[in-house]
Amino acid sequence: MSTQSYQVIGTRPIRHDGVDKVTGRALYGADIQMAGLLHGAILRSPHAHARIRSINTSKAEALAGVKAVVTAADFPPTGDRIVDLGEGETPLSYIRGNILASGKVLYRGHAVAAVAATSPHIAAEAASLIEVEYEPLPCVLTAPEAMRPGAPLLHEDLKTKEFGQQTDRVSNIAEHFRHSLGDLEKGFAEADIVLEREFHTATVHQGYIEPHNATALWNNDGRLLIWCSTQGAFVVRDTTACILDLPVSQVKVTPMEIGGGFGGKIPVYLEPVAALLSKKTGRPVKIVMSRKEVFEGTGPTPGSFIRIKIGAKRDGRFTAAQADLAYEAGAYPGAMVGAGAMTVFAAYDIPNVTIDGYDVVVNKPSTAAYRAPGATNAAFATETVVDEIAEHLGLDPLDLRLKNAAKEGTRRADGLKYRRIGCVEVLEAMKAHPHYRAPLEGANRGRGVAIGYWFNAGLPSSCTISVNADGSVTLVEGSTDIGGTRTSVAMQAAEVLGIPAGSVHPVVVDTDSVGFTAVTGGSRTTFATGWAAYEAAQDVLRQMKERAAKLWGLEPSAVRFEGGHFRASGHEISFAELAARLAETGGPVVGRATVNPRGVGGSFAGCIVDVEVDPETGKTSILRFTSIQDAGRAIHPSYVEGQMQGGSVQGIGWALNEEYFMGPDGEMRNSSLLDYRMPTALDLPMIDTQIVEVPNPGHPFGVRGVGEANIVPPPAAIANAIYRAVGVRMRRLPMSPPNLMQELWKKS
Amino acid sequence: MQKKMHVTATINGEVQEFLCEPRQSLLECLRDILHLTGTKEGCNDGNCGSCTVLMDGRLVTSCLVLGPEASGAEIVTVEGLARGRELHPLQKAFLEQAALQCGVCTPGFLVAAKALLDREPQPSEQRIRWWLANNLCRCTGYDKIVRAVQQAAAELAATQGGMNRL
Amino acid sequence: MARVFIPSLLRSFTGGSAEVEANGATVRELIEDLEARYPGIRQRLLEGSHLRPNISVAVDGEVSPLGLLETVSPTSEVHFLAAIKGGMAPSMGSLSPSSAP
Ligand code: FES
Ligand code: FES
Repeated sequence: MSTQSYQVIGTRPIRHDGVDKVTGRALYGADIQMAGLLHGAILRSPHAHARIRSINTSKAEALAGVKAVVTAADFPPTGDRIVDLGEGETPLSYIRGNILASGKVLYRGHAVAAVAATSPHIAAEAASLIEVEYEPLPCVLTAPEAMRPGAPLLHEDLKTKEFGQQTDRVSNIAEHFRHSLGDLEKGFAEADIVLEREFHTATVHQGYIEPHNATALWNNDGRLLIWCSTQGAFVVRDTTACILDLPVSQVKVTPMEIGGGFGGKIPVYLEPVAALLSKKTGRPVKIVMSRKEVFEGTGPTPGSFIRIKIGAKRDGRFTAAQADLAYEAGAYPGAMVGAGAMTVFAAYDIPNVTIDGYDVVVNKPSTAAYRAPGATNAAFATETVVDEIAEHLGLDPLDLRLKNAAKEGTRRADGLKYRRIGCVEVLEAMKAHPHYRAPLEGANRGRGVAIGYWFNAGLPSSCTISVNADGSVTLVEGSTDIGGTRTSVAMQAAEVLGIPAGSVHPVVVDTDSVGFTAVTGGSRTTFATGWAAYEAAQDVLRQMKERAAKLWGLEPSAVRFEGGHFRASGHEISFAELAARLAETGGPVVGRATVNPRGVGGSFAGCIVDVEVDPETGKTSILRFTSIQDAGRAIHPSYVEGQMQGGSVQGIGWALNEEYFMGPDGEMRNSSLLDYRMPTALDLPMIDTQIVEVPNPGHPFGVRGVGEANIVPPPAAIANAIYRAVGVRMRRLPMSPPNLMQELWKKS
Repeated sequence: MQKKMHVTATINGEVQEFLCEPRQSLLECLRDILHLTGTKEGCNDGNCGSCTVLMDGRLVTSCLVLGPEASGAEIVTVEGLARGRELHPLQKAFLEQAALQCGVCTPGFLVAAKALLDREPQPSEQRIRWWLANNLCRCTGYDKIVRAVQQAAAELAATQGGMNRL
Repeated sequence: MARVFIPSLLRSFTGGSAEVEANGATVRELIEDLEARYPGIRQRLLEGSHLRPNISVAVDGEVSPLGLLETVSPTSEVHFLAAIKGGMAPSMGSLSPSSAP
């Protein structure tokens, strides 16, 4: 496959939705206008933990322009049950509870009530007139605090689960699991050096620029219509239907253009609320979050406490490794600790491993996925310990990693064995990169490296392709396009059909108009929806061969398709020519496919970073940055590079500045984009990229998916670079000026 | 409900009249009243740059300007960059360099970059980064945005009369 | 017989063994066979006739979208995993939560 030459794959066409996005014509969720539109606003809890004694909405209802007020009491009266809405099985009460609190509020920013009014200003004013009487309760904000016996409990009925078994321990630990491989004690006994270190990482937000939004119209025919910004229209449909106790077919979700998601736009927050308001008013209702609501009321990624212990022989060979991972789920169970456990030692072949994971609820917003969720925290810990081992043993940090690198056949502690992976190839590309050997001179400067892994996802995707008489095709898909996937999907169809990428017109449609398609997430869209497009294109070819055969009076099996032409002995017709003759050979051709693919291929990414630390202020500047990642096959290299650059920079922000500054009362003190400091253009150099291609044998074109692994290594690489620059080991994220100064003062 | 005010402003070269409440921002007026939804809201407090427009040649974050303040002003939004069917060189360069992923920050970057190139046809990389520092992009890491601005600058310099076009 | 890997928190049923053997043409049959050999283990894996919430099964290195209906061959490797909550459905065949495209 790697020797095959492609016509479309690997080229860099202009994206199909590009012109609309540079002219301002593309319609995002907040851009919806419609006759009779009302505007919603949400009242949120000022307490991190409190019992709701009463809610009085009468003053709000009396304000001119207010059309409706809703609370959790407006949800249908169906009892609690376990549901699976694409996020694992969860009590319905948790899902509803996060959308509108009932009984208790569990974090500051927890939605309590909502208003619909004739303007956003009136709605906001009315929300502030709702009177809620709270009984404040003590709160817990970090995993170690929440795990302590006697800690205030968020859910009085939450019992720790241990591999399917409900224990009778009531606590904030929702789940504990363990992976183990080999004999840990024996492994550590064999080691010449054993290092054990503890790490803390702060809660950070995905930081997409477009706030969440939703517009709902409970139509007079009883159908609920929704327009919103989401990574998965079907997840919104299924979740909203479940919460409102409707059959899924009664809900139609139209995904608008989406202004970034990174995992944070998978959960549903606003849609059921807008729906309830529309039901009460008979009018469409639009709700758009403010930036403060995005920070306080949506899911950031978990803060964590991690303990790592690694043993190695003098020659560098790892003999044993142990990890304890305690991740903060926020208000409801479901931290990304399972993924943390699967990735914490994923880059290495280690014979004896034990990993313990704890999913811990705390009084912070219910966490959501963030680009390789759980993996960045874990790699920060592992990769800095690996760096320290290299230093102690006097080994080159990349040589040490290569010596222990995971390969095809390596068994991870969670039990799974790798198929073909590109860990070694990425490490070798790092070693060979001119950046790694370039001189780095000057005081307080240092270079660091690290590697990270993300396993990627498969999941269902659907696609149809209709052939137009002019030789172009229309491709209908259900994957919202966050970063150019219309094009990376269309290119795979174009490759099969032997036509230019520009002759495929991709459209992303509503849930009535395409088969079920899972979320744009898990780096799965180019892999899985691309695969659906590949299959649908094959279906088109099969039908077109029949048409050619009909024209020539042959059996379809006698027709070949090569180089964009249908051929049989003595006959030849191009795709476009045949497309023009469909009417006379039997009518339209529509290819279709649904896939639920296996063969998902994980991706490794590494980075090399040079930093300079200002020892007076503790500020770290990035001087040079190189990101190297295994794409399997880069369908559109520009957008692969774009993923690598974007993920790297999110990793840099996570490393150096970003954090929820929480007061002891659970209030986020920096809930604006001024104070939650994401990297700007001025904070960064160019981000160099090198795409490694170790084709995934599980995909027709070798695609792995590149959206995530790139965010994993930067915090560790930067920590390692800081150590070489100023001699302190940073074990707390972010490595912000105050945190770094503290370490520098300790050292001196 | 507050009493509405009558505002006349030139928007993308056309004189427009509209009624707005005194508390409505220019961003709200553009989006909700004039239906120019190309200008985006990311924060509503001046810190993301998605709502950037030109007001009498100056860059402003339109969420921090009140609608009535636009009275008599000349406003340029992303919708005003292309000339008819012809894209502005910055728009072309953003497409060619793949300088957008989700695209929600793009209108703000395009307007900000235009303001820069209007003033300084050949900015250095550092100058571009400085100038665009009020515009947040969470998707791209800025690399391709900076390159797109460099490409547009080069193209404008190469094109005869390029500067007049801007 | 298929090789079945026992998660560490279930090894009390297998006398501490991390790896056992079992027969079955599907995961469901395999669990019945495990139950015959290690009584009590079934109810840790199944709830009624379904896999328990937050447990998924991987056959030959890949988490199965079919779960109990997945085919198992005598040379298969079968793992029961603590499925990962958050982001995506383990029951739909993935361990992966999610994020960017
Ligand atoms: S919306 Fe105006 S600067 Fe963010
Ligand atoms: S392209 Fe998404 S924020 Fe810039």
